[in-house]
Amino acid sequence: MTFLDYAPAPESRSILSLRSSYGLFIDGEFVDGHGDGFHTVSPANEEVLAEISTADGHDVDLAVQAARRAHDKVWSRMSGADRGKYLFRIARLVQERARELAVAESLDNGKPIKESRDVDVPLVAAWFFYYAGWADKLDYAGLGPAPRSLGVAAQVIPWNFPLLMLAWKIAPALAAGNTVVLKPAETTSLTALLFAEIVQQAGLPSGVVNIVTGAGETGRMLVNHPDIDKVAFTGSTAVGREIARSVAGTSKKVTLELGGKAANIVFDDAPIDQAIEGIVNGIFFNQGHVCCAGSRLLVQENVHEEVVDRLKSRLSTLRMGDPLDKNTDIGAINSAEQLQRIRELSDIGEAEGADRWSADCVIPDNGFWFAPTIFDNVSTSSRIAREEIFGPVLSVLTFRTPAEAIAKANNTPYGLSAGIWTDKGSRMLAVADKLRAGVIWANTFNRFDPASPFGGYKESGYGREGGRHGLAAYLAPQSAAAITASAAAPKTTRVKKGSAK
Amino acid sequence: MTLDLARTVVGSELSERSLRAFALGLPGVDAIGLEQRAASLATRSIKTTSKRWALDTIISLIDLTTLEGADTPGKVRSLVAKAVLPDPSDPTCPQVAAVCVYGDLAHVAVEALGSNHAGGGGTINVAAVATAFPSGRASLRVKLADTADAVEAGADEIDMVIDRGAFLAGRYGEVFDEIVAVKEACRRSDGSSAHLKVILETGELATYDNVRRASWLAMLAGADFIKTSTGKVSPAATLPVTLLMLEAVRDWHRLTGDLVGVKPAGGIRSSKDAVRYLVTVAETAGERWLDPRLFRFGASSLLNDVLLQRQKIETGHYSGADYVTID
Amino acid sequence: MTRLAVPKTYKLFIGGAFPRSESGRTYEVLGANGDFLANAAKASRKDARDAVVAARKAVSGWSGATAYNRGQVLYRVAELLEGRRAQFVDEVQASEGLSRRDAEAQVDEAVDTWVWYAGWADKFVQVAGNANPVAGPYFNLSVPEPTGVVAVVAPQGALSLLGLVAVVAPALVTGNAVVAIADERHPLSAISLTEVLATSDLPAGVVNVLTGSAAGIAPWLASHADVNALDLAGAAELDWVDLQIAAADTLKRVLPPDGRDVATRSLERIGAFTETKTVWHTKSML
Repeated sequence: MTFLDYAPAPESRSILSLRSSYGLFIDGEFVDGHGDGFHTVSPANEEVLAEISTADGHDVDLAVQAARRAHDKVWSRMSGADRGKYLFRIARLVQERARELAVAESLDNGKPIKESRDVDVPLVAAWFFYYAGWADKLDYAGLGPAPRSLGVAAQVIPWNFPLLMLAWKIAPALAAGNTVVLKPAETTSLTALLFAEIVQQAGLPSGVVNIVTGAGETGRMLVNHPDIDKVAFTGSTAVGREIARSVAGTSKKVTLELGGKAANIVFDDAPIDQAIEGIVNGIFFNQGHVCCAGSRLLVQENVHEEVVDRLKSRLSTLRMGDPLDKNTDIGAINSAEQLQRIRELSDIGEAEGADRWSADCVIPDNGFWFAPTIFDNVSTSSRIAREEIFGPVLSVLTFRTPAEAIAKANNTPYGLSAGIWTDKGSRMLAVADKLRAGVIWANTFNRFDPASPFGGYKESGYGREGGRHGLAAYLAPQSAAAITASAAAPKTTRVKKGSAK
Repeated sequence: MTLDLARTVVGSELSERSLRAFALGLPGVDAIGLEQRAASLATRSIKTTSKRWALDTIISLIDLTTLEGADTPGKVRSLVAKAVLPDPSDPTCPQVAAVCVYGDLAHVAVEALGSNHAGGGGTINVAAVATAFPSGRASLRVKLADTADAVEAGADEIDMVIDRGAFLAGRYGEVFDEIVAVKEACRRSDGSSAHLKVILETGELATYDNVRRASWLAMLAGADFIKTSTGKVSPAATLPVTLLMLEAVRDWHRLTGDLVGVKPAGGIRSSKDAVRYLVTVAETAGERWLDPRLFRFGASSLLNDVLLQRQKIETGHYSGADYVTID
Repeated sequence: MTRLAVPKTYKLFIGGAFPRSESGRTYEVLGANGDFLANAAKASRKDARDAVVAARKAVSGWSGATAYNRGQVLYRVAELLEGRRAQFVDEVQASEGLSRRDAEAQVDEAVDTWVWYAGWADKFVQVAGNANPVAGPYFNLSVPEPTGVVAVVAPQGALSLLGLVAVVAPALVTGNAVVAIADERHPLSAISLTEVLATSDLPAGVVNVLTGSAAGIAPWLASHADVNALDLAGAAELDWVDLQIAAADTLKRVLPPDGRDVATRSLERIGAFTETKTVWHTKSML
């Protein structure tokens, strides 16, 4: 026995009592969906956790109607202070049920309990706390006095941070006076449905939050519903593109948080041990199921070997296994489909000539697993250097000069995030200026905070979530007339048009 | 010879200038990242079967310490009794690694240990602090005499302090030379040497970059151990500082093949804390370092907390302070 | 005895130069009274492509200039426009059939619009950016940055000078480069404006103006992968939904038409073509 055979130290499941089946949450009630139900399974062992309903077009319509009624009659008319109090209640309820939510998340998603417990769920509570305080301060959101809510928001979220993405979507929407219909990802509906119980416990007026479960088709119907005023989507660039097309010509406002292929740039003067931790956190956090993952390591050529050697030693200490075990660093891949994609792209990387290395992990018999993997000597043209893998796979490339690092980092249609590791402050700031990405982490990686705007450039989407910017994404100026009348924007209407037509 | 190794690592003759260039050329430390890594190691939880092993290991790694102006022969004898028999109710309880005392009381410890002394057929070492501990503010001549005295009195290990004043003034060569000189003074007439632990007094070095530089200077100068603190300055040992020093000995080993030990001292009072250090050792330098030859805790009250936890495992119920002896 | 006037040849404005359309084609521009005014260049898709290349090349210099410098350049545009006030008044009057007074009002408003936006160059970041009080030891700052290359369909059929200025100036404030399709029917003031731009210290390629068929050129810009944003201010009469759909392929930022002849001066217009960048850095004394 070695000392490092810590565990098993599993978090107790007894804190969580799941129902055998869950309906949709519409107008304050759990109701049966009219589509064909499906099972949600634990990706760690393929155990069926519960039966989930599928919302068909009729269900989606009911949910949107409920949200519309709640918006027009109740929520948008309520004082901001009272809306805020409801959100504070939700934040507290999330804290009170934090362990239960963390266990549910790790079960359903496959992420390690230490992440769901220490990152996801605390951030969920923080998000509601942050936006609760905004609800009666909308005049300061940067849109002039008395901005108005947009109406009903359709929110479609991914499976990588199920409850956290829910919070990113619902908290600002509600603070701004919108009502929502949210669709969680097909493979990770559980915590959204537990959240529906929290909504009930908080006594939130019926219809303010509606949750419809199902696959992509349910999401499509929701986004395309004519009575939607705002679409907020986090997921793949392909679906984001589809949404951008489908809302063309409508008055729907859109926020899209899409894919990424972030460069994590390590200069030769980097704080080396922390850079190694940052690389590990950048790509292996949440099994690499992170849109802003640092999946392209750009390392200065003169420290390339040292960095890769240290990285390999460090990866050898990562523990893969039971997501509910407190000592697990790497959990399960979320689904068989995702595992298949990771395997395919990894095989392509190998076929394209990159040097593949995987940490020596014991792969459990059941469930979906992929050992932390590094590809060294990857060329910029390789598919594993260009396509989002969304798994624990790191591509290593080198550069010689800061300018080359920037050029390579920006050489992608994506632009969500990037990392910089250097001890030289002036270089850090200059490189940060030049990187075409929405979030730059310098000497750190994968940090999130409700006060900090998050979102991408280019094909990583548009709009920001978090901070004042994230609030503004759910508001409109009071009226065009109000803006024109404001001192900051003098009227231009004194200029008359000519007769020529 | 040690200095040959230092020359190889530094890549030139050893001088104030080359040592300074070497120390300043070491990679920087990002404090936040270091502290976060330490915090994440602190969340590891170990299983019950490992826990018993961990508690016994902790005891075997302790330098049971008394370093008071009020120390007397009686106090030292009492400390030694505790070191020899930590838990009178459990003869299977391991002995500590060493007792750590002021140099003038080293002979008392040696006598009191008798057959339990490493030099007398036992396993317990006598560690003596020297070099004008804790401040180090004395001439080199005095420091060397202090060291030689302790060695002569039977100390198996010398815990020296570096000259923080010289270090903070940037005179790295002076710090280095002094360690070399003390190491020389550890030599006994029979050619053997007392082991040298070099106390960096990290609380006074203040920055992590300084801790890394001082760690490397000490290793270059031939330290057998690098030790965080005297226990007289706050903060004493912290998990991030210890992690950083473990990274240094790990990197030194990779570079030279040599093994240098680490000793966090001061402020580690609970078993829970100590287990976190074990985890940090195992995941940073490797389990090989969980050995009294390569890792020590400088502590006094830690021992009794570990004994209470051991009793809890033995009996299944929580123990109380009256069920462990004081030294 | 009246002097025979020397008419101007109106060409495109691409990369700081005044080329003819590579297609060699022009179209007739008539005044409000039906008189022939000039032949304007009829830009082709290749001209649009060249304009995007020129704009892309200009982005890093313009966005990398200090905000103070950008503000001064934009103010310089106002100064030069004011200096040629009479010419522009004549031009929009002849083209749009305005009264002298209304023509003067349009030109004055165009000048004032440059002044207004010029002043924002070194303030917008302060108003739209944030220091974020995150719960941890981090420096955390969010600042708006230019989106990149913005393609603009200027308002069509009325207020040709002001309409164009009101959509181009806000995009320039933060450092974007612009490819603008001028008012198809009244393109002359737009080309005259480029003469002002060309002499105003605005780096080559920061503004590029195409004249010709908006319906013909816009789809090429909407689908161009190296265009980052699309301002459809003057596209109400075009198949703008199709343009928006084409723009979705590379997830361009799209500002749909709002039915105004002149875009309202607003911070929203500046912000529409910016990306918020958030930078985190660890913070510690140790």
